[in-house]
Amino acid sequence: MVLQSSLKNCFQLSCILQVPKAGFRSTASGGLIIQSTSNDVYQNLAVEDWIHDHMNLEKRQVLFLWRNSPAVVIGRHQNPWQECNLRLLRQKNIKLARRRSGGGTVYHDLGNINLTFFTTRKKHERMENLKLVVKALKALRPQLDVHVTDRYDILLDRQYKISGTAAKLGRTAAYHHCTLLCSTDKFVLSSVLKSPYKGLKSNATPSVPASVKNLFEEDPSLTCEVLLDAIAEEYATQHQIDHHINLINPADETVLPGINNKAKELQTWEWVYGKTPKFNVSTHFNIAYKDSVLDVKVDMDVKHGRIEVCNIDLPQQWLPPALCSELVKSLTGNKFCPNETTVLVTTLLRTCPQDGDLQSRWNLLCENMKMLM
Amino acid sequence: MAALGAVRSSGRAARRLVCIQRVRSCSSVRFIKSKYVCVFDKSALKFSHQQRLFRTSAVSRGQIVQFKLSDIGEGITEVTVKEWYIKEGDSVSQFDSICEVQSDKASVTITSRYDGIIRKLHYSLDEIAYVGKPLVDIEIDASKGVAPAEDVVEAPPMSHEEHTHQEIKGHKTLATPAVRRLAMENNIKLSEIVGTGKDNRILKEDILNYLAKQTGAILPPSPKAEIIPPFPKSETVPAPPKDKAHKIPVPVSRPIVFSGKDKTEPITGFHKAMVKTMSAALKIPHFGYCDEIDLTELVQLREELKPLAQIRGVKLSFMPFFIKAASLGLLQYPILNASLDENCQNVTYKASHNIGVAMDTEQGLIVPNVKNVQVCSVFEIASELNRLQSLGSAGQLGTTELTGGTFTLSNIGTIGGTYTKPVILPPEVAIGALGKIQVLPRFNGKGEVFKARIMNIHQKLPLQEHSPKL
Repeated sequence: MVLQSSLKNCFQLSCILQVPKAGFRSTASGGLIIQSTSNDVYQNLAVEDWIHDHMNLEKRQVLFLWRNSPAVVIGRHQNPWQECNLRLLRQKNIKLARRRSGGGTVYHDLGNINLTFFTTRKKHERMENLKLVVKALKALRPQLDVHVTDRYDILLDRQYKISGTAAKLGRTAAYHHCTLLCSTDKFVLSSVLKSPYKGLKSNATPSVPASVKNLFEEDPSLTCEVLLDAIAEEYATQHQIDHHINLINPADETVLPGINNKAKELQTWEWVYGKTPKFNVSTHFNIAYKDSVLDVKVDMDVKHGRIEVCNIDLPQQWLPPALCSELVKSLTGNKFCPNETTVLVTTLLRTCPQDGDLQSRWNLLCENMKMLM
Repeated sequence: MAALGAVRSSGRAARRLVCIQRVRSCSSVRFIKSKYVCVFDKSALKFSHQQRLFRTSAVSRGQIVQFKLSDIGEGITEVTVKEWYIKEGDSVSQFDSICEVQSDKASVTITSRYDGIIRKLHYSLDEIAYVGKPLVDIEIDASKGVAPAEDVVEAPPMSHEEHTHQEIKGHKTLATPAVRRLAMENNIKLSEIVGTGKDNRILKEDILNYLAKQTGAILPPSPKAEIIPPFPKSETVPAPPKDKAHKIPVPVSRPIVFSGKDKTEPITGFHKAMVKTMSAALKIPHFGYCDEIDLTELVQLREELKPLAQIRGVKLSFMPFFIKAASLGLLQYPILNASLDENCQNVTYKASHNIGVAMDTEQGLIVPNVKNVQVCSVFEIASELNRLQSLGSAGQLGTTELTGGTFTLSNIGTIGGTYTKPVILPPEVAIGALGKIQVLPRFNGKGEVFKARIMNIHQKLPLQEHSPKL
């Protein structure tokens, strides 16, 4: 992501964040536009947290522009197993993040632009922000058919979703962020956002799937840079400030003290998976073994990302009952995670009888259990 | 500052009339601590807020107040309660987060308006909560409710000058009632403590640390050492007030208030499995054997080979050499690469030398193995070891890597240990533990002292009639 350095200057955020005094950038009142130099989803989400927690937005609102390398971002109260194909994410090394705002799941890559509008809680107005974006797009290409729906989506040609919205309201501050599809890989998007996990029952916020389209497909001259610039221009006009985009480095502790801890917290298993509302997995799978196929029923309650209750219903004597109950007891309390389960079952295997046939069955059962995670 | 004083005094007058509403008005101009480069000027907002929430009813000690769900905005009348941050019986301070509610695509953090103790939650998770209706019941402690921000109420020994002194600094100390009580009992001024909690909140740990420093000091500690800002300074904002340099009197002895409690947790999952494994291991009849090895020449060899390996993208440690050496030994003594059945009646000699390497990861003590070392070169072993190590630190080791081991090496030397007594990992029958390589004086063949690289190796071997020397 190369930014046109002619338009942008990178300087200490400390200079910008003070309450403006006379003589200091006297034109900078009412608004501030910043852009992240990082493509790391956790660092960028941490910047949002930081601004929300620490900046005084009374006199000046903030627009934050950011893009991420491939990542799936779920809403605060969502269930990642329900929302996306975690196996595919692990395979393709796509990151999973949980944001602090509500709403549904989105796929980010460098062809997607993220915009965050920071205001005081009183001045929080999602519709106005989205209208600003539409106005910017229309100023750029008057023939574009884009409009805002009452669900806070932006639709292209009345049918394709090009932007989704979410918001976070705190005690005194609030932010509204939205995506904008410019040139995202739609194939990866649709495959990662399709969950293969069956039998999940939960009260987590579900996502509403939609047909999407890239602005790039509508008009190939619309690149991310062009769009970012147009939106910044419109924001600057409406807030009566310079069209000046300030770059910030989300890893810089001197400018954003405490930011690295925020980024670290967003990456912990406890936040990403552990914050999943309690859910139940009730499903079954078939095991083919030596000319027979058996049906195994599984029922698990998962709370805080850990297996709270586990029931495995195996046909009689396929595995010694002692062994089966050992597996169930060990899984209880363990993270609902295939890697954790691997470590657990391979350790348990050490104290299993050294019977090749028995061990094959054990391995088959465990592999299938891991597929549920 | 004068204007501030005027505003503050009028605020105080207003506060006398207001009983329920804790008025954090003018005195809540937060002192500009250097950690944040932004100025929080909430005074204007708070003052108007205060007027809106003005109440005149009298409050008795411990009155239960119904904290209603305030207006969310955007015409929203109902939300879903998604997470509670507190439970009944917890004490809260003003501005503590109470719960997270969701409306459409907005997630809203509801914070407490009062200091007090939560007495009732009106909704359970996933229930719909209504704006304007009670969310939680909070029991307010009236004695603390009237003047919450100033310490003068909680710390009687403080003189009037101190109180004024604090006011002039405009320092608002955030702390829960429990923490304030602790400070008061120990005659500590909250202004002297640096809070490490959110929003500079003073936590119990901060008081305890302060106390610990007090009792441990022989000389009055220098103010700079005592008060350390939690975050780096910024050049544009002035440093922490230097006038915090009071002479802190050093007491001879203080009763340390320690409120730690024993915590019992069930052993589950992986740890339980390891306990089972180790118990089984200790049942295998075995004996330990130690020796000291002179590795001077190996150290030299590795130095020569390290850059060659690096060119090929492989990090060469000592382990690949030991692993290969172990395999060569196992060729001579295959009984050590075997497995006993459950009743110790049959022994299976394993053909492959799958040598496990113990790794300490976040998940615990994990032992992936390098397969078929008997046909691998030192370089190939090093390469495979690198792969296992990166998978191990990412927590992504798979079943293949973690099963099928026939012999294990444990390297306690990596954490600096020189001696160790390892535990055999069933179904294997032997394990070798390597200590740290130390530089020690030894005699060579000519009787001269030279600098030798010595490592201790400790093995657990199965009991056999003719115990081999590895």
